[in-house]
Amino acid sequence: MWRYALPLALFVLLAVALRIGLERDPSIVPSPLIGRPAPALSLPSLQDPSYLIGTAELRGAPWLLNVWATWCVGCRQEHEVLLQIAAQNVIPLIGLNWKDDNAGARRWLAELGNPYAAVAEDREGRVAIDWGVYGAPETFLIGADGTVLYKHVAPMTLEIWRTEFLPRIELARRTAGLGG
Amino acid sequence: MSVRHFLVGLTLWCVLGGAWAFDSEVAFEDPVQQARYERLNRELRCLVCQNQTIADSTAPLAADLRREVREMMQAGRTDAEIRQFMIDRYGDFVLYRPRMNATNFLLWAAPALLLLIGSGVAVRFIRRRTAEVDEDDAESGAGRA
Repeated sequence: MWRYALPLALFVLLAVALRIGLERDPSIVPSPLIGRPAPALSLPSLQDPSYLIGTAELRGAPWLLNVWATWCVGCRQEHEVLLQIAAQNVIPLIGLNWKDDNAGARRWLAELGNPYAAVAEDREGRVAIDWGVYGAPETFLIGADGTVLYKHVAPMTLEIWRTEFLPRIELARRTAGLGG
Repeated sequence: MSVRHFLVGLTLWCVLGGAWAFDSEVAFEDPVQQARYERLNRELRCLVCQNQTIADSTAPLAADLRREVREMMQAGRTDAEIRQFMIDRYGDFVLYRPRMNATNFLLWAAPALLLLIGSGVAVRFIRRRTAEVDEDDAESGAGRA
């Protein structure tokens, strides 16, 4: 009896490990940025290129960075959710318009509504590389001290917003002494 | 086009297709630098189409990453610095040839471990078998005597 117990246990262990492996999405690359200082960002505003948007001014309270572009199908898909999130007025949402054309991006915001407090224009995609962006849409949560706390790759949904972002935002606000 | 032409074309395409790297643009006049540039590109994974290197990929992000490699080379950075730049942003996954680290150690050690376990089982099995055969021999020998 016992001589079969060990092989059986090993088999079950392997089966469970492989099952878990099947559930995971291999296209999601874990970001090495989590827990590290957010890369510096200083880019012209999409609406007013003479105005620079920088990470330095955003310190002091948690904020979100959403990477989007008009060529990105997932961005259109999540846009309605972003508008709803912005309407909740929980946290400033900064847009990073990635490798896009300025006029098209402005038209997009005019037509679909603008959920962003500000949009930085990364025409050449250099800032996106600093942030380890590889596929829009991506949404980062940055703490009051400028640390990257979380990253979500794929369109935002209200479910993910509620389960992944809201608890982390609340924690970030509390650690920054801003109250719940 | 005859069938023969088609077959010749198909064969050529199969044989030479692999040599078709997308990034055929010459980034450096110096052939040594160009070879180094191409080698670095072949070491870095395109994060969009994950089974391609940035040398093979047509993705806009791959073009951006090649530009970063080119500019860092022009700035006189070493291969290790360029690799570290990519790892800092995209993690170890960006290396097409993965390094050994704490999380994937078991994967690297698996062949040696499995060989060790297998030989252990084999040695025990053979010893036991030999012992049984010896006993049989001893018994039959005793019977004859």
